Amino acid sequence: MTTSILLVGVGGQGTILVSKILSQGLMKKGYDVKMSEIHGMSQRGGSVTTQIKFGEKVYSPSIGMAEADILVSFEKLEAARYLPFLKKGGTLIVNDTEMYPLPVLTGAAEYPKGIIDKLLETVEDTRVIKASEIAEELGEPRCQNIVILGSMVKSLGLDEIDWIELIKENLPERVHEVNIKAFEKGLEAASLYVKTEA
Amino acid sequence: MKMLLTGNEAIARGAYEAGCLVACAYPGTPSTEILENVSKYKEIKSEWSTNEKVALEVAAGAAIAGARALASMKHVGLNVAADPLFTIAYEGVNGGLVIITADEPGMHSSQNEQDNRIYAYHAKIAMVEPSDSQECKDFVKEAFNISETYDTPVLVRVTTRVCHSKSIVELEERIDAKVKDYAKDTSKYIMVPANSKRKHVEIENERIPKLRDYSNSTLLNRIEYNSKKIGIITSGISYHHAKEVFGQEASYLKIGFSYPLPDKLIREFAEQVETLYVIEENEPYIETFVRSMGIDCIGKDLLPLCGELSPEIIRKALLKEEDQEAYTLDMSIPMRPPALCAGCPHRGIFYEVGKYKDKIISTTDIGCYTLGMAPPLGVGDTCICMGAGITAGIGFDRVNELAERGKKVFGFVGDSTFFHSGITGLIDAVYNGSDMTVVILDNRITAMTGHQENPGTGKNIVGLEAPMVDIETLVKAIGVKEENIRVVDPYKLDETKKAVKDAYESDELFVIITKQPCALIKEVQRERRGLHCQVNQEKCRKCKACLRIGCPAISFDGEIVTIDETQCNGCTICLQVCPFNAIEYFDERR
Ligand SMILES: Cc1ncc(C[n+]2csc(CCOP(=O)(O)OP(=O)(O)O)c2C)c(N)n1
Repeated sequence: MTTSILLVGVGGQGTILVSKILSQGLMKKGYDVKMSEIHGMSQRGGSVTTQIKFGEKVYSPSIGMAEADILVSFEKLEAARYLPFLKKGGTLIVNDTEMYPLPVLTGAAEYPKGIIDKLLETVEDTRVIKASEIAEELGEPRCQNIVILGSMVKSLGLDEIDWIELIKENLPERVHEVNIKAFEKGLEAASLYVKTEA
Repeated sequence: MKMLLTGNEAIARGAYEAGCLVACAYPGTPSTEILENVSKYKEIKSEWSTNEKVALEVAAGAAIAGARALASMKHVGLNVAADPLFTIAYEGVNGGLVIITADEPGMHSSQNEQDNRIYAYHAKIAMVEPSDSQECKDFVKEAFNISETYDTPVLVRVTTRVCHSKSIVELEERIDAKVKDYAKDTSKYIMVPANSKRKHVEIENERIPKLRDYSNSTLLNRIEYNSKKIGIITSGISYHHAKEVFGQEASYLKIGFSYPLPDKLIREFAEQVETLYVIEENEPYIETFVRSMGIDCIGKDLLPLCGELSPEIIRKALLKEEDQEAYTLDMSIPMRPPALCAGCPHRGIFYEVGKYKDKIISTTDIGCYTLGMAPPLGVGDTCICMGAGITAGIGFDRVNELAERGKKVFGFVGDSTFFHSGITGLIDAVYNGSDMTVVILDNRITAMTGHQENPGTGKNIVGLEAPMVDIETLVKAIGVKEENIRVVDPYKLDETKKAVKDAYESDELFVIITKQPCALIKEVQRERRGLHCQVNQEKCRKCKACLRIGCPAISFDGEIVTIDETQCNGCTICLQVCPFNAIEYFDERR
């Protein structure tokens, strides 16, 4: 049995770092792990996806339609875009933040309204997290990815792995403190998932 | 020790463990991180080359001189390096020579999809195909051995999924490969017709048969017998996709050494299984060979030739499985295309040239600046390959004249592209009297592929100071008239506009060099932190002029226009285009 996690977000949000830390943790726990990150263009702002599979033995790193056990989206619209990759009955973790793509910025398209409500209606196990708000409260908007990491490992039941150590290994020392706080806030937030927007 | 490595990191590790001494590359997705990781090993002399042909030639020279050497590139890079490839194939090596080609089925970040396995066949050199990170490391090491044993360059063919996937790798020690003696041997290393004729025959009659024997006996090609109802011949990442779909329900001939292909092994395997599938990405490379042996198989008649494979695609094609039921949302989801970043120095020049959009033809090129073609800037008629931003422009301009279209041609190239293959185009433009305008976008870095140093940046791959090749001096030396050269700061629209107007009105070859470093360079970010623009809501009339520069930091929610401070770096392009002075500039640097 393997478990498939698809992480999606917008270039610049730090999805790749989270995937890296997550895979390292899973390896330490003794799993076979494959992680596949498709990136190319270095500009910010495009859709970014990473795929992680773990289990006793993993073959293909690719995750197809309706194959992800868990979909983690760093942004609302991306959750909607990649929803068809989530297995029926799977878990959706979505960061309640919006980032306008260029067609929306230039007025060529509209950013859809009520995404979170629709997700909650459609996917039974939807967990909404306000990682951007939490990161902002910590005074470092850029650590929203680590907030998401925290709530993700909590909901996956992987919180016994020493994630703090891995955060330290992967980040420069001057940002350790704020990211460890972000991680802890994420852990807490996981148990306070907002079930409806109201 | 075990580590989780990407294929690219593992290739670098393999080169290190194999005792590689010289490594060269020109960046290109998905190959870029190979040399970036190689350069972390002090024992290996690593260089960013100006282009792939240069990289392969430098590595070939190093190999002849007696060192184990490596050149790496993306798939289209091997087209650029094809010239040395075909002849170094004749000469062979002294120290091992390994060439990495990183192909991109699916084209996540490339202009075409090509299966470079065919190059090995065409150039008559040995080829290996790793399928995961452990094999990337092991096969690179074996490739050096094969190269020296059989006196051939070895092509290591990987694909995006292999390069950019992480899996677990067991690390080993570096072997101490010394520089071998070099003995002058003109019959081997000077390819004049008399020598080449002999070499060609020798390769056909000796090297290839020997390599085929190796192919039939090496552990890189292995059979895994399970159920013999289905037999699958496969290579690279497709092996893992196939294993995931068929598991123990099929037997596998996994090809790790894929030129020359193992004829005996293939026949033996085919005889043992009931139905034979060949599962491979892109071209029917293995399949064609299998069929040429008179063996029937199922392959591209059911599997797609275009794009990447996946377990899902294989299931649908071969097992006729229906689509899995998936969640859907009833809403229209806007695309999220890549865009020039907030503060990108390319924006200003495209904004100004964009004003002439209907009066000019623009031949653009590959780099971040290709995005100048996207709305709302919309500058770009053609984009072919690196260098063609200038040269396709020369040709287009000729025909514009013939057809009396009255349209001027503006060609665009980035700084790294200019060094790669723009220079020869500019020389051609001077020599053949073109009157196009060439815009060289100097953002002091190779941005698109993730910020590699280049001959204009003043640093080498390990961050040490390097001589800086000055583009303006070069342009002058090539023979562009001094009065037809403008060097502008693209953050300053007045200056940029004037240069574009001068170029448009000129009837001679004209060159505009824009100079402003990429906004994402770390030092630039540090320097500009605290600079930003803001909309003064009282003055803003919502004319949306600022939205026409296509800056991702500026948004209009239907009521007000705002600038996202976390993205904005205070480049002030929006401020300069605002007709109502409603955008204000803040300098909050401490
Ligand atoms: C032959 C070839 N090699 C490499 C690449 C990959 N590649 C695409 S754009 C680019 C560099 C662009 O750098 P530059 O010209 O400085 O433009 P910038 O991205 O900085 O705007 C590279 C290396 C390619 N497309 N073709």
